Amino acid sequence: MAFGEFLQGAAKQVVTGGKAYKAWVALLVVMIGIGLVGYSRQWNQGLLATNMRDQVTWAFYIGNFTFLVGVAAAAVLLVVPAYVYHWKPIKEVVVLGELLAISALIMCMMFILVDMGRPDRLTHIMPGPGSPNWPQSMLSWDAMVLNLYLILNLVVVLHILYRAYRGKEYAKLFVVPLVLFSIPAAVGIHTVTAFLYAGMAARPYWNAGILAPKFIASAFCSGPAVMIILFQVLRKTTAIEIKDEAIWKVAELMAYAMFFNLFLLGAEIFKEYYSRTEHLLYTQYLWQGIGNNRALVPFAWFSLFCSVMATIIFVVPAGRRNWVTLNIGAVLIFAGVYIEKGMGLVIPGMTPDTLGEIYEYRPSAVEWMVAIGVFGVGALVFTTLVNVAVPIMTGTLRAKGAPVTPLGAEAGH
Amino acid sequence: MSHRNRLPVIQDAPGEAVGAGTSRRDFLRNAAAGAVLAAVAGCKPEAVVEELQRRHLSELSPERLQSMLGKLEKKWSAKYGKEVTVSAKGPMPGVNFAYGLDLSRCIGCRRCVYACVKENNQSRKNPQIQWIRVLQMDKEHGVALQHATPYYDPEKVPEAGHFYMPVQCQQCRHPPCTKVCPVKATWKEPDGIVVIDYDWCIGCRCCTAACPYGARKFNWAEPNLPAAEMNPVTDYLGNRPRPMGVVEKCTFCLQRTRSGRYPACVEICPVGARKFGNLLDPESEIRQVMDRKRVFVFKEELATEPQFYFFYAT
Amino acid sequence: MKFPSWRALLPLAAALLAAPLAASAEDIQAQPPPFTEGIFPCSQCHDKAGDPAPRQLAFHDEIQGGFKHGAPDRWCLECHDNGKRDFLHLINGKKVPFTESYQLCGQCHGDKYRDWKVGVHGKRIGMWNGKKTYFLCVNCHNPHNPRFKALKPEPPPIPPQEQGR
Repeated sequence: MAFGEFLQGAAKQVVTGGKAYKAWVALLVVMIGIGLVGYSRQWNQGLLATNMRDQVTWAFYIGNFTFLVGVAAAAVLLVVPAYVYHWKPIKEVVVLGELLAISALIMCMMFILVDMGRPDRLTHIMPGPGSPNWPQSMLSWDAMVLNLYLILNLVVVLHILYRAYRGKEYAKLFVVPLVLFSIPAAVGIHTVTAFLYAGMAARPYWNAGILAPKFIASAFCSGPAVMIILFQVLRKTTAIEIKDEAIWKVAELMAYAMFFNLFLLGAEIFKEYYSRTEHLLYTQYLWQGIGNNRALVPFAWFSLFCSVMATIIFVVPAGRRNWVTLNIGAVLIFAGVYIEKGMGLVIPGMTPDTLGEIYEYRPSAVEWMVAIGVFGVGALVFTTLVNVAVPIMTGTLRAKGAPVTPLGAEAGH
Repeated sequence: MSHRNRLPVIQDAPGEAVGAGTSRRDFLRNAAAGAVLAAVAGCKPEAVVEELQRRHLSELSPERLQSMLGKLEKKWSAKYGKEVTVSAKGPMPGVNFAYGLDLSRCIGCRRCVYACVKENNQSRKNPQIQWIRVLQMDKEHGVALQHATPYYDPEKVPEAGHFYMPVQCQQCRHPPCTKVCPVKATWKEPDGIVVIDYDWCIGCRCCTAACPYGARKFNWAEPNLPAAEMNPVTDYLGNRPRPMGVVEKCTFCLQRTRSGRYPACVEICPVGARKFGNLLDPESEIRQVMDRKRVFVFKEELATEPQFYFFYAT
Repeated sequence: MKFPSWRALLPLAAALLAAPLAASAEDIQAQPPPFTEGIFPCSQCHDKAGDPAPRQLAFHDEIQGGFKHGAPDRWCLECHDNGKRDFLHLINGKKVPFTESYQLCGQCHGDKYRDWKVGVHGKRIGMWNGKKTYFLCVNCHNPHNPRFKALKPEPPPIPPQEQGR
């Protein structure tokens, strides 16, 4: 069967690679091992093995989940400029963006799973065996849209790669609507995730209309940062051609997003500090600490430093056209958003808790181990997918008898 | 209040439940999934299959529910070495419960906290779970959470300059916690009590995040309930033993109150600060409180409309 | 809407119907008054009326010494009946058994008495919709020193940092 052969070829490609590739995969396997050790401890002990408590019931896991939803969404948003500006290697951009989205989504779901008290009851959220609480519960929506989005990306990527593997052009009538649909879907997963927080009146730090726009703005910073670095690696190590202009265009779009993200942050901070209601406490906990409770303060300022520096680098055209500063900026914004959209969002939402108690949360060893494992899985999925996809896209991995033409050569735009 | 979500009442409403049992296809699908899960988790496949065969309470026939309760009684009687009963009483018609707490009387002695722990089989330590949290506040600041602490521990209470505010589930008329639950494991019953099916909860803790009163407590580890201290008179939605990884909270002692008894915290309170009764009965203690005193609800600005009223009798 | 059975409402209804000073013993099922062991009936010792003049007592001195209920304007016989020592008396002279001491308290503390009769003040145990046992004023307040005494609190909750350690 042709599809079976495709899978075999892909499987073979997974284990094919140079020394660096193998060392990288070995590192990821070690990370996954660490995660398994951590999770088995959590499985036996319960979530008491984490540092989450009734005062701070969501923390590191859910913070990572939230950040990665942004990455998953933004990777696909790159498809917009690819279409609008008629980039030549549009298929590569679409495929790579969706591969990143798939990996990020897998990590998202794993972070939800490890955060659940009863992962064995996962079926309860599924229509059929379970009882999803639609349309009331945002989490039941989130589960639905994340799965839909995952399937959407898988279908598009599989279709493009499989057709390429057979030496055929993808079916435009099939792919283009799906790719275009994936853009609102990407905005959708991020919006629903923002609503999960914004809908909670018990947590004034989250209960703000600005949350969803802020999620989107920061996602436009973090997701493309990964893509920028990836483009450079791939055009050095493979036959994929990606023009400088394309990367600079992405960087330019990121600059607008970063500036907007900082603007929204400023708007929020003004509102809290100027009105000084009791809701200021949470913002204060993040930026200044309350009394001796200052666990987040250094991270908050480090995150702001990263975001401001990255914005300066990216807003200045010379900054984003110099490869060194561009890459420094990409790393900075990734770090900045990681803190801001992860711990910086979740923890102050719950500190002080709803009865005014301050519990200074820091992730436990088990939480770090599990998170390392999840990132290991995500990176491994991404690495192997890219390792399979690239030779197909460049024409080196083909079905027997299929015409060998690199896909980029006949791109239709 | 969603009628669909209600627990099928065993005694008098057999017509209410939908469809008994699961189909053969369901069973096979579940069995296959169960085997995979069991292989992954390395635990007993029968237990996992049973778990997967479970359906939402509203889908259980009264017979199925009854047999499930029987199994639980057997299991816990063996585990705790005493005869454990598990009822599923269901709400009484014409009753809507409400609670009153007199802040001018409470002295912060925490008798209620421990009576509740005992009555409701809460985990004693690691994790310690307490459904009532007594906040010590400053008279100078009034009800202000920035100046509240639950950790006061003087020789004697009340302490000068302070007053005390016990907080537990407020049984909101618009509960934010049931709204966010992704699996309908928690709902508001017609008698006003917000309940949780501990065997349906997936432990995502959306409800703990959504509750403005810190009322919902999570079983961070296997609950620690000494057999000797276990209260064997239980209700499925009330005080029966809970598993690890699920959320629990105050249910106005529904295993007592649905048979006409006062909640445990009312009966233990040495100062008579706690009032309980039927809102629909104008002569009930809670209605008398509302008539004669001025009541307020906690965090009224959130429009949760609690069925738990605070008042100052003097 | 269905109300609890008439039986359930009986004590309440009776308490409400009765005139403020005439609630009778049958209506209210109460805890026994908290006598010191062996002290009741008082007629064991006080078989006839004694000297009504306020003075320092040799016996019951611990009660008199700790007396804090409108002192120094009052003393024992303001409430305890001199002639029938196993009873208390109201201002109008009516004799009241110890089990109905709330009538006596209600003479001055009318607002509390009214609240107590409907369950707003004080404590009841039993059934919220049926038979209940009332706590008398004196079950919680020492009539000779009624201010509620401070208590040792039960232990505070374990803080989150120490859970599981």
